[in-house]
Amino acid sequence: MAYTLVSADGPQSVPALLHRNAKQFANAPAYREKEYGIWQSWTWAQTREEVEALALGLLELGANEGDFIAISGRNRPYLYWAMMAAEMIGAIPVPLYQDANAEEMAYVLDHCGARFVVAGDQEQVDKVLEVQDQLTKFERIIYLDPRGLRKYDHTALDQYSALQDTGRKNRDLHINELEARQAKLNYDSIGVMLYTSGTTGKPKGVVLSNRNIIETAKSSSEFDKLRHTDNILAYLPMAWVGDFIFSVGQALWTGFCTNCPESADTMHVDLREIGPTYYFAPPRVFETQLTNVMIRMEDASRFKKWLFDKFMAHARKVGPDILDGRPVGTLDRAKYALGELMIYGPLKNTLGLSRVRVGYTAGEAIGPEIFDFYRSLGINLKQLYGQTEATVFITAQPDGQVRSDTVGVACPGVELKIADNGEVFYRSPGVFVEYYKNPESTADTKDAEGWVATGDAGFVEQSTGHLRIIDRAKDVGHMVDGSLFAPKYVENKLKFFPNILEVVVFGNGLDACTAFINIDLTAVGNWAERNNIGYASYQELARHPQVMDTIQGHVEAVNASIAEDEMLSGCQVHRFVVLHKELDADDGELTRTRKVRRKIIAEKFADIISALYDGSASVSTVTEVTYEDGRKGSIAATLEVRDAKVFADTRKMAAE
Amino acid sequence: MNDLADGYVTADGRQIGPVVMEMKNITLRFGGVEAIKDISFDIRQGEIRAIIGPNGAGKSSMLNVISGFYVPQDGEVWYQGSRRPPMKPYEVAQQGIARTFQNIALFEGMTVLDNVMTGRLTNMKTGMLWQSIWKGKAEREETENREVAEKIIDFLEIQAIRKTPVSRLSYGLKKRVELARALAAEPSILLLDEPMAGMNVEEKEDMSRFILDVNDEFGTTIALIEHDMGVVMDLSDRVVVMDYGKKIGDGTPHEVRNNQDVIDAYLGVAHD
Repeated sequence: MAYTLVSADGPQSVPALLHRNAKQFANAPAYREKEYGIWQSWTWAQTREEVEALALGLLELGANEGDFIAISGRNRPYLYWAMMAAEMIGAIPVPLYQDANAEEMAYVLDHCGARFVVAGDQEQVDKVLEVQDQLTKFERIIYLDPRGLRKYDHTALDQYSALQDTGRKNRDLHINELEARQAKLNYDSIGVMLYTSGTTGKPKGVVLSNRNIIETAKSSSEFDKLRHTDNILAYLPMAWVGDFIFSVGQALWTGFCTNCPESADTMHVDLREIGPTYYFAPPRVFETQLTNVMIRMEDASRFKKWLFDKFMAHARKVGPDILDGRPVGTLDRAKYALGELMIYGPLKNTLGLSRVRVGYTAGEAIGPEIFDFYRSLGINLKQLYGQTEATVFITAQPDGQVRSDTVGVACPGVELKIADNGEVFYRSPGVFVEYYKNPESTADTKDAEGWVATGDAGFVEQSTGHLRIIDRAKDVGHMVDGSLFAPKYVENKLKFFPNILEVVVFGNGLDACTAFINIDLTAVGNWAERNNIGYASYQELARHPQVMDTIQGHVEAVNASIAEDEMLSGCQVHRFVVLHKELDADDGELTRTRKVRRKIIAEKFADIISALYDGSASVSTVTEVTYEDGRKGSIAATLEVRDAKVFADTRKMAAE
Repeated sequence: MNDLADGYVTADGRQIGPVVMEMKNITLRFGGVEAIKDISFDIRQGEIRAIIGPNGAGKSSMLNVISGFYVPQDGEVWYQGSRRPPMKPYEVAQQGIARTFQNIALFEGMTVLDNVMTGRLTNMKTGMLWQSIWKGKAEREETENREVAEKIIDFLEIQAIRKTPVSRLSYGLKKRVELARALAAEPSILLLDEPMAGMNVEEKEDMSRFILDVNDEFGTTIALIEHDMGVVMDLSDRVVVMDYGKKIGDGTPHEVRNNQDVIDAYLGVAHD
């Protein structure tokens, strides 16, 4: 695909794109939010007015060029505007994870030295006020929802709308300054700073320039032929690079409309009402949706269940081929059309995915069954591989070349390289500027020629040019006998079972692999209900003998499939426990994006790990837990350790 | 001493205004049973006033007197500076007094939104005929009322169940919907009959926060009956204690807690 750089006289900054859209798409919807039961919308022209008013208000507060302005709250148009307003005045927006606790927030605010914080509601304001003594540069909070804040001391608080009003009132005073500052913005000025979730250690601030944002937005929009009439639903954390690129970068570049749900609880209803044409969700979301559909089908009448099974079987057979435009027989097509009318169409409508033209999933491996389920319905779900450091896009699957086991081909403008140890490197116009205040890490990650280490091990398939990712490069190790150890590979295989929510596999440098397993309370709970098994808590269900038997069955099925893989047959799980608590970000066991933190888990549950290796049949343990409000408690439990059947490498056996 | 001066400011910065409602020597009889015996107390603008007491003390009867459902045989009810003649409950509602019920009284088959909209009924001026034509004024009125209802739905964070029939909701949520319906009337006095009965700790915490927020944001005066002592002591500005139809204590939570009669009533001593 031909790849051209944005011409030198094109818009060179995020605010410049906003001005362009305000002219070009003046009366087209730019942002929508459901509030008071109605979708409120703002056109591009109105959006510019709102952003400008806030920018003028920020000037009134004395915000300087190069200041950091943190933004924390759920996805709302106002907060996206706050990011654009910050860019307009030459400051740098820093979106934060809204569910971060006060300590985590303090680290980030202190690290970037934010002078202003735009907070969504009382909860966010409280967190900042709690830690403000630890912050040296912090000055004011601008809050959105005034609820509960009336009685707060307002010496360092401003209401968002009031600040905009001040900005509008004093427009004449500041407009020249605002225009001068925007004129100074160019391709190399900083557009945003995003903190990585920090799978290892403290979060790092990834600095992205306007070049990174605009080039990536342009090439990815062209790759998927996005149009200004498209709609997306913005519901993933604003601090995540993907949300920034979809809801700000691509939205500005193509001029499509970003829709914000009413609240986290209403997400599914809002999804149905909007019917996005461009949709992103991590595998977990697709998995949960599929689990819910299956659970509800279990409760459906026998005829409906039969109809569903019948047509879904047909969809699995021909659906993906029809989607990819491969030849399919007339009779099969007719049957598929009937299925569309009776099952697929209504189901897609229920899921809110009727209009999806381009759908993506990324972040984790997606189970082939789940992936195929959506594609067989005719939803163009694809995979991409990306990183904050690459401004999202490294590889993506082009239409018609979609498979569940690869992450696609290099995106336009991206070069790929595989190092000797299997680590994937890339170079692209989206490569980040630096880690803020961390030149060592920057140098470790990005070399002088601009190649960036992904930290993931993988290989490029010779025949197709598709990239396949095996595991985190640093997690790939060796067992005592020298065979390859790739925990993620095993974990993903186990997680494809709906009953299993989370897995951690151990075994690096040891003689056998063992695993911690979290059951999926929705799926297993439903099974328990149907089989008249009573339980009071996650803990009780997790140690039920029948649940243990089921999980053991899953582990052994995975062992059998791993045994067929020559390179990884050593990774079979010999012993496992079902953990007594769900791994949780509040306890530091997962990152905020729900990735497993191996080292912390290994330290915290050292007693259980030793039981996995010393042959004992059970282990008693006490674990500290942190509640959402920050209080601490503990859970005591006795866990059963199970042995799973392992299989000899079938291919080796045959060879001998 | 149970009197707060006008303009008294509470620890959390709320300002308590003048007396808006005064009960003077109320006596209520059902046949020979005296449910309420010669009780007097007042409610001030902007305060949270609790009525507590053991089972059968006459708390709900007292609330029913305030809401106009029962007409006391003796005594006077003064509201906003004038004596209130015996009234029908709907007339009381029109005066700006709304309530919730101990045993939830919602329309089970209707959605949450429709239930909340019924709370707007006293604010509708167009007649049935005009509403059935649903043009012009009637339509405008409906839009305005829907807006108020939606603001309350937003305030009580029940957007996700807006279109859900009430019968499908949990007990705690039903209680919240009932509060929403009462608030929809934009009352100046809100009467809550055991708003937290049968709730778990988490639901109680949520409900307490909503009650405080309502009082704080809308300045609504609240009179509530509650069994949970912890909740009462934390929420209310002043407490009336009843036992066997009589008032045995009245004052701030601190005063009431140290009142010997109250301690006796709750811990139990022989009654004559």
